[in-house]
Amino acid sequence: MCHQSVGLIARAVEAAGIPTISMTSALDITQAVKPPRSVFVNFPLGHQTGKPHQPELQRSIVRDALRALETITTPGEIVTLPYVWDEKDDSWEDGEYRIGYLEPYVRADIGGLS
Amino acid sequence: MSPIAYIPRTREMYPRHTPYRWVLNEDVPWTPLAKPLNQCKVALVSSGGVHHKDQEPFHTRDDTSHREIPKGVTVEDLRISHFGYRTQDARKDPNCVFPIEPMRKLEEEGAIGRLADPAYSFMGGIYSTRRVHEEVAPRFVQMLKDNNVDLFYLVPA
Repeated sequence: MCHQSVGLIARAVEAAGIPTISMTSALDITQAVKPPRSVFVNFPLGHQTGKPHQPELQRSIVRDALRALETITTPGEIVTLPYVWDEKDDSWEDGEYRIGYLEPYVRADIGGLS
Repeated sequence: MSPIAYIPRTREMYPRHTPYRWVLNEDVPWTPLAKPLNQCKVALVSSGGVHHKDQEPFHTRDDTSHREIPKGVTVEDLRISHFGYRTQDARKDPNCVFPIEPMRKLEEEGAIGRLADPAYSFMGGIYSTRRVHEEVAPRFVQMLKDNNVDLFYLVPA
């Protein structure tokens, strides 16, 4: 949902004459909503600009994202940055955003959510 | 492995709900960058539900409000309230979703012209696309224009 909201706002701001660049870790949502320029980092949700207390990594991702901006010439283009969450183990991808992901209070609040 | 498909996974998590109607756009708006990055005033927004400890937290039901966060904020004073992602790491270090320290560093290095003050955050888990279109987006357009921003950097969470 966050990715969709960000995409919609990016599109509105761009349409009003201010260029935008958006991060994404949810490629299918971004491909559907089509923000003007996007940078994909294949990290779990909540880490679009890096891991906690790793300032070098965070700076590097943000710097690369802003640099990508100057190379994107096609509206809707998504540049993939080569960062890998875990070099040895990609099993986080199986468990990411599955049933049980959300906090129990959220499930109760929304009602009937698994 | 191919990238995670979040749309089908969302469907799996909400089995008793009517399938969510995701926005599907064809056209893409476009404004060319008018000047080099190192001359641009860049505004940062995170949809990660970031707020200062003295500001009101976000709520979970289509909260369309936003918070203005001074660019010089002490990161330890930031809090997170968001229902839609696992916030443990962002609570430890808000730079995971709100890269204010990296942006300050890029400003200091001269990679960007200037970091706009304030930075912004909202809680992106808004189910109503109508309310994003009608309430949130126009507000950001106005704030960014009033602040003479050259480039808008958006970070979802």
